[in-house]
Amino acid sequence: MRIHKILRKKFVAPLLFAVLFAASPVFADELKDIAAMAEQGQQEQALKRIDAYLNANPKDAQGLFTKGIILAESGKRDEAIATFNDLTKTYPNLPEPYNNLAVLYADSGKYDLAKKSLETAIKTHPSYATAHENLGDIYARMASEAYDKALKLDNKNSRAQSKLSLIKDLFSNDGKTRVAANNATPTRPIRKAEPVAPTAATTPSVTSKAIPPLKKPVEAVVDNTANVESSVNAAVDAWAAAWSSQSVENYLASYADDFSPAKGQSLSAWKNLRRSRLSGPSKINLELSSRKVNVIDENNAKASFKQYYKADGGAISTFKTLVFKKTNGSWLITEEIASN
Amino acid sequence: MKLMKLFKPRPARLVQSLLVICCTLLPWSATAVNQSKLSPDLFSSKTSRDIVESLLVKSLMQIAEGNTVQAMDTVNELIRTTPNFKLAHLIRGDLLSAKARTFGSNNTSLISSTTDEVQGLREEARTRINHYFSDDNERLVPDLSVQMDAEQQHLILVDTVKSRLFVYKKSDAGLQHTADYYITIGKNGADKSFEGDKRTPVGLYFSRKKLSTPLSDFYGEGAYPLNYPNELDVYNNKTGSGIWLHGTPKDTYSRPPRASDGCVVLSNPDLKKLQPVLEAGNIPVIISDSIQWTGNSSKPSKIAEIEPLNQALENWRADWVSQNTSAYLSNYSKDFFYSEGKLREWSEHKHRVQAGKPKITVKISKVSMFSYPTRTHDAKKVTANNDQIVVVNFEQYYASPTLENKMRKRQYWKQENNQWKIIYEGAA
Repeated sequence: MRIHKILRKKFVAPLLFAVLFAASPVFADELKDIAAMAEQGQQEQALKRIDAYLNANPKDAQGLFTKGIILAESGKRDEAIATFNDLTKTYPNLPEPYNNLAVLYADSGKYDLAKKSLETAIKTHPSYATAHENLGDIYARMASEAYDKALKLDNKNSRAQSKLSLIKDLFSNDGKTRVAANNATPTRPIRKAEPVAPTAATTPSVTSKAIPPLKKPVEAVVDNTANVESSVNAAVDAWAAAWSSQSVENYLASYADDFSPAKGQSLSAWKNLRRSRLSGPSKINLELSSRKVNVIDENNAKASFKQYYKADGGAISTFKTLVFKKTNGSWLITEEIASN
Repeated sequence: MKLMKLFKPRPARLVQSLLVICCTLLPWSATAVNQSKLSPDLFSSKTSRDIVESLLVKSLMQIAEGNTVQAMDTVNELIRTTPNFKLAHLIRGDLLSAKARTFGSNNTSLISSTTDEVQGLREEARTRINHYFSDDNERLVPDLSVQMDAEQQHLILVDTVKSRLFVYKKSDAGLQHTADYYITIGKNGADKSFEGDKRTPVGLYFSRKKLSTPLSDFYGEGAYPLNYPNELDVYNNKTGSGIWLHGTPKDTYSRPPRASDGCVVLSNPDLKKLQPVLEAGNIPVIISDSIQWTGNSSKPSKIAEIEPLNQALENWRADWVSQNTSAYLSNYSKDFFYSEGKLREWSEHKHRVQAGKPKITVKISKVSMFSYPTRTHDAKKVTANNDQIVVVNFEQYYASPTLENKMRKRQYWKQENNQWKIIYEGAA
């Protein structure tokens, strides 16, 4: 879904190239259907259909491209890379497969390969703006990584730990490069070194702390109301910080395993939706106000607040209640109730 | 068209966009360029140069010239050589940020150049560059009064201003510079006076052998304790302890110039190179924040001062043997102190033991002498003006009808009105 979204948004070419390469309007419709299917979360079926389609049209560029996207979307990064690699061999002059290869390489931290792919795309299409943006982003990411090494190595255990979780966050969230490429908005939390000023745009006003340590502050064992209240407040802060900094994994880690999404959605479908909602926008501005914490007992609490949310579109104000339950020492969200 | 323009950034713009390190560069690049030191041989001819420091300076010079592509190659090589060199990673980050900016990415604003960490690394760059471009390090010798005994071979000099540790070897011609290393000193600089002030002491110390107890990774290659507080420090009411020469943690090649709690910190490779010098133990380490340098290394250091002091030492020995107590006491300063008291107590004690004028023998051997790096305000407690102090170590053989012993002795001598007087005496 994420790739789709971005590709649609950013690739002018694929549309053009659907016209050029698709064997017939019927096939084009078939590909559209498959893409829609994948977008609805039916990736397995979509893959079966795309394979059938490719059996009939083995060299179809748009078909291969669609397959690559579905594979990337379903987390099959290596297969996606192989598919896009095949495409570049068959159609060496198409820049998009190189660009997507670069995105996939960057997601696995292979910046040098990503860079090479983009440079190839730019060589064939010197004015390919997306590739330029992505290349800029890759340099920025490499810079962040270098700064990280420069500024964190000296610190003792505490910093070293947050550094590890940082890396996990970065590489486990494959939406980021695309997002960042989209608009050159930093998703790397270098801001940890300098918590306030530079990232004011992406740091929520509710907390001056940067993203991580989700587990640590919440872990502290508490058994009186005041402590519960401050722990829940910290959990809300961490949740909001993860959301507004588009740190998907930290955001999802705020929720309990038995969290039940509204409207009868399955947890996995909800997670996929949230992933794309978090990584899609160029930036997310989130402000919480009128916050109240209602302590039910030492393991249960509710936090209610007014939530001001602004991403790429207009601002949305919502009243929200998060139901927290303390699980294995962490305050996790079991229910999220929104009203306008 | 617009994109093409982005592809060929003007060097000036690029350097300006190097947020973090550019401030380091600006002050020195101008002078360095003017002195036309950019010739390639700068980095190859001085074979004694440390490879890490050479590559570092080379990369920064290339940035100053706008050759960011070459600079990236250099810094990559540097990181290959020394993967835990944080300053190199910072420069690489700057180069990558600059590159990102040429593609229109503005992510570089993420790093704040005002954090302590960045400031520290910037200081390190400045310190290393300054050292690199000073031609004098190998030619100059410290203006010190030094006399080593037969066994002593080396003298270590720590310049807290340059953040540099110099190693000198004894030679017929005087002190011979053999190596120097970048070091880290206390967060708050030099001139330690009390426990927890995070300063590195100024004075003459002697290193002990490498600690054999297992230490944490923080100390890296190992630790060699110094005898801070020494006799003069104690007299001056200085407190604190545990001032060591030590290495760095595994993940850190070097630390900023001022970052320790008072210890002198070397990179692990450098400490390893220093091991042959330090392993014997009892190596004189002069730590100073106001070293005077003299231009000619072929002359023995301050021989003019050493001779009269040797004479004074002999006079003291002879006066002692003569059992002429007042002559003997005339060798001592009115500011004299020792473990049991001051000149008055010393004088009473000596009058007592020398009353019967026993026949004694005193022989001194293995004499060594080292200038004590005093600071004006320190010296006040010992003397009204900033007179020269020299620490004299020797082996003393003493025999009287009732006692015979051999001991290592330490005296602090001070020049008062052109006369050498003892201000401290005790066992070493």
